[in-house]
Amino acid sequence: MTALLIVLVVLLALAVVALAATHIQYRRRRPTKLPTRSAGRILFPFMAGALSQRALDAALRLARAEDATLVPVFLARVSMHLPIDTPLPRQSGVALSLQEAIEQRATRWGIPVDARIERGRTYRHALRQTFEHERYDRIVLAAATRGNSGFDADDVAWLLDNALGEIVVLRPGADTTIEVPAPPFRESRSRDLQEQLR
Amino acid sequence: MEPRSSTEAESPIKERRRGRYKIFLGMAAGVGKTYRMLQEGQAEAEAGRDVVIGYLEPHDRPETIAQAEGLELIPRRRVRYRDAELEEMDLPAIVRRAPELCLVDELAHTNPPGLEHAKRYQDIEGILDAGIDVFSTVNVQHLESLNDQVAEVTGTRVRETVPDAVLGTADDVVLLDLTPESLIERLLAGKIYPQDRVQAALNNFFTVENLAALREVSLRQVAEEVEHKRVIVDPALSSREDRLVETAAAQAIHDRLLALVTPTPKSQRVVRRAWRSAQRLGGDLDILWVTNHEPSEQEREQLDALRRLASVLGAHLLIEHGDDIAATAARVAEDRGTTYILMGRPAPRSPIRRLLQPALPFRLLSLLPGVDLRIVADRTRRTGSIETQEEP
Repeated sequence: MTALLIVLVVLLALAVVALAATHIQYRRRRPTKLPTRSAGRILFPFMAGALSQRALDAALRLARAEDATLVPVFLARVSMHLPIDTPLPRQSGVALSLQEAIEQRATRWGIPVDARIERGRTYRHALRQTFEHERYDRIVLAAATRGNSGFDADDVAWLLDNALGEIVVLRPGADTTIEVPAPPFRESRSRDLQEQLR
Repeated sequence: MEPRSSTEAESPIKERRRGRYKIFLGMAAGVGKTYRMLQEGQAEAEAGRDVVIGYLEPHDRPETIAQAEGLELIPRRRVRYRDAELEEMDLPAIVRRAPELCLVDELAHTNPPGLEHAKRYQDIEGILDAGIDVFSTVNVQHLESLNDQVAEVTGTRVRETVPDAVLGTADDVVLLDLTPESLIERLLAGKIYPQDRVQAALNNFFTVENLAALREVSLRQVAEEVEHKRVIVDPALSSREDRLVETAAAQAIHDRLLALVTPTPKSQRVVRRAWRSAQRLGGDLDILWVTNHEPSEQEREQLDALRRLASVLGAHLLIEHGDDIAATAARVAEDRGTTYILMGRPAPRSPIRRLLQPALPFRLLSLLPGVDLRIVADRTRRTGSIETQEEP
C-alpha cells in the first residue's frame, strides 16, 4: 500500500515537473514583447484604377524609414441618387482586393497596415471625411498623369489648403497601376467593344 | 366566368386549381423578355389553349408587335389620374373573360390610385386565384433586395420594386440571358430604343460593365431561386415530417456569416474574407466583438473604423459584453441564425490553459454543432514572404 502511494506521489511529481518544463519552454518561445504600436501614420489615399505602384512603394519606404503605420484609404464615390450611407458592394469588392494587395506588399517590408474605405460624393468629399476620421502625420499620393487617373493639380492645391501634416505628391513616370483581377465573364472582348463604343 | 365565393377560395381544392405562374426575368430592357413571353404564348395557342394578352408594352418594337399578332388582346381600361388619362390593365375584364392563359407584361408596374391593387403583381395574384395561368415579365433591378446593389452598379435607382417573394411564388422562372455585347449590338441596331436615344443609353446605363454586373446578379438570383425551389414542395401535398425537413432546409439555404473580431487592424483581414464569402453565398454578414471591458482610446478608434467599414460593406457590427468568448459568440450565432463563423488564428495559449480548457474553435464547434467554422489564415505568412512581421 505504502509502495503504491510512493509510486503515485512520484508520478504526480514527474507530471508537475513535465508541465512546468513545458510551460517554461512556451514562455521562452513566446515573444516577450508584442510589437509596439507605431506612432506615425502615413495616409495613402487612392481610388479604383489609380493605385500607382511607384507611389505605393514610396509610401512603404517612408513608412519603413519612420517606423510608421501605412493607412491606405480607398476613396469611394457615392452617386447623388443614393443616400451617402448606402452600402457599396461593388466598390467594396474592388477596395478590399486592392487593400489585400497593399497589405501583402507591406507585410513583406515589415510595415503595419491599417486600411480604410471612405465614402464621399466626390473624391475630395471622401478625402475631407478621411481627415475628419483619421489621425495622420503625412499624406502620400500619386499625381495624375497621362494614363493614370490620380489626383490632378487642383486636387493637390485643395489638399494643401485643407490637409494638415506633410503632403508628398509623387508624379509617376512610366508607372504601372495595381489592378483588381477582372471576374471571368469580363473578357477582353468586352473591353474592346466598350472602347470602340467610346 | 363568375368570381368564386370566398369559401371556395379557401378550400384545398381551390388551392390546387390556382393558375400556374411563369416569370420571364431579364437583366435589362431589350433582352427579349416580352418577345419570349409572346413566343411561348403563341406556342400555347398553337397547341389549342385559350390565350389572351392581358397587358402588353411593346415599346414600339416592330418585332414584338409582330409576335403579338393573332393573340386576343383584352382592351385596356382608361383611368383618370391627376389631369391625365392613363391606360391600365383591366383586371375584372380578364377574370370575366376567364382564358386558360393570360400574358401580362411588366409585373413591377405601379397602378394609379383607385384600382383594385396598388401593384400589378397583386393584380396577377388575382388572375392566378381565378384559376388562370399567367406569363409575366420583370427586370432584375425591380427585385427589392437587389435594388441597392443594382443602384450602386448602374447609378440608377428604379422606383417600382416588387418583393423577392414574388419570384418565389412563380412555378417557373425563365432567365433571358444575353451577353452584354449582344445587347449593345441590339441597342445599336435600334431594336431597343429609337436611334435618337441610343447614344444617351450607351453613355449611361448600357455600358458593358453595367450589363456584365447585372447579368451576374440575374444569374445568381435565378440560381438561388432554383436551389430554394428544390426543397420546397406544395405544403398541402406533403406530410408534417416532410414539411419540417423542408422548413429546416429552407432556413439552411440562407447563409448568415459571423466574423469574430477584436478592435485591431489585423481583424480587417477576417472581415475582408468574411465579406467575400458572404458575397459568394449571397448571405448577410455580422461582425462581432466580445469584450469584458470598456474600450480603450485605441480600441475606440479601431471600433469607429470597423463601424464605418461595416456600413460600407452593408454588414452589421455587434458588440457584446461577456467573459466567455465562446459562450457569448454561440449565443449571438443562435440568436441571429448564423450558418458560418469566421475567425482569425487564435493567439497561442500556455500549456496549462490548454489543459484546462479546449481552444476557442473547438469550444465553438461543440457549442454550435450545425455551424461551419473557418479560421482565416494570414496569406502574407505563406512561403514566399521574405520578411514577415509579428501580428500585433
